[in-house]
Amino acid sequence: MASGAMQEEQVKLLGIWVSPFVKRVEWALKFKGIEYEYVEEDLTNKSSLLLTSNPVHQKVPVLLHNGNPIVESLVIIEYIDENWKQNPILPQDPHERAKARFWANFIEQKITEATRTALVTEGEQQEKVVKELKEAMEVLEGEAAAKLNDKTLFFGGKNGLGYVDIVLGWICNWVEVIEEVGGFKVLDPQKQPHIHKWMANFVEVPLIKPTLLPKEKMVVYFQMVRQAYLGLAAKK
Amino acid sequence: MATSDVKLLGAWPSPFALRVHIALNIKSIDYECLEENLLAKSQLLLQSNPVHKKVPVLIHHDKPICESLAIVQYIDEAWSSAPSILPSDPYDRAVARFWAAYIDDKWFPWLNGVANAQGAEAKKAALDQVREGLVVLEEAFGKCSKGKDFFSGDRIGYVDIALGCFLGWVYVAEKRNDVKLLVEDKMPGLAAWANKFCEDGTVKDVMPDKDELLEFANMILEARAKLNASSNN
Repeated sequence: MASGAMQEEQVKLLGIWVSPFVKRVEWALKFKGIEYEYVEEDLTNKSSLLLTSNPVHQKVPVLLHNGNPIVESLVIIEYIDENWKQNPILPQDPHERAKARFWANFIEQKITEATRTALVTEGEQQEKVVKELKEAMEVLEGEAAAKLNDKTLFFGGKNGLGYVDIVLGWICNWVEVIEEVGGFKVLDPQKQPHIHKWMANFVEVPLIKPTLLPKEKMVVYFQMVRQAYLGLAAKK
Repeated sequence: MATSDVKLLGAWPSPFALRVHIALNIKSIDYECLEENLLAKSQLLLQSNPVHKKVPVLIHHDKPICESLAIVQYIDEAWSSAPSILPSDPYDRAVARFWAAYIDDKWFPWLNGVANAQGAEAKKAALDQVREGLVVLEEAFGKCSKGKDFFSGDRIGYVDIALGCFLGWVYVAEKRNDVKLLVEDKMPGLAAWANKFCEDGTVKDVMPDKDELLEFANMILEARAKLNASSNN
């Protein structure tokens, strides 16, 4: 143990392999070069650590920093950014920060939530949410077209990856899978050329590439989730 | 700072716009308030918030900032001198952001759901859910306030603003449904906090009158009911 070294930080992440919310936090930790211990939870048999760390929602991800729990993926990412100053995730300028938070919020409310709903619904209900999802992708495509070009590959701007990239990144691995399982289509390279270019660049980032998950395994998992929700809905 | 440097596009019944009024008051910032007619939105609003076309929008040095909590954080960061709205410690900030997210993502949709609930059973379930959320927030208040007046301690802060803006609408739901939501014996901390919040110097002059809000809500909800009835025929 080196003397005069920084106080040893104990960082633990409770997650499940297939959660896009957990993946975001992993990306943020890797981006900052933070060493952490990953603990795979069994959500059918939640650990007492998970239940005591997140009593309100009982969900992953949970970040434990020196025993203190932080929950909700976007809250965790901001915590990581504020606590470890190297490699900033959010921009420094307050106005740029506000814009980054605005887009993170937009993605969460209009794309993440809608995709989750499209996974677990069918018929008219699913059609409605897929339509909203397509509209949201159009708005995001507009922002991508305005922000990104051959010199600026990511929403983080000249610094490379940033908050919005980390918050949006899950679409690269998850949307195709959920489209297949749910039987709908929102991704369209013709209608969303800038988003697709961004996706192609994102998955090639050295810290991102090794974290991508095998699609076949994800399809099996999400098929199970869809069946469970539709089965529950049929009983009502 | 010149008044025209800071503009707030708001609407008097909007709890989200109220958050921004309070944040600006905490920092003693002079600002111009532009009242929007939400049925006839101004060009400035449509240009400043093309994605959502909603209030509030803060315009600072001609640059728009949207989404109430993003605006409140912007105010805290752009005017960084005391008093601060968010705590300085990263962990305390994470706790504050957690509760603000709980309020916006879980509790407020439940409150909103009361008006949309059809039938006595659904209404009761919706009201029960709001009350259960308040019990969770009562516990949060106990932990965060540590015996002081507000979630943030001695002064109004981020979570106080996030929740307090809805107090007028809680009153509306209570009156319209003839129930108590903020029940003093179940939520003594929040009940006391609610009074102190409404009386605070940064809130008093910008919070809409509760009975005016009730009148407004009655008007809107009756109009909506008529619209639904006619479209169902």
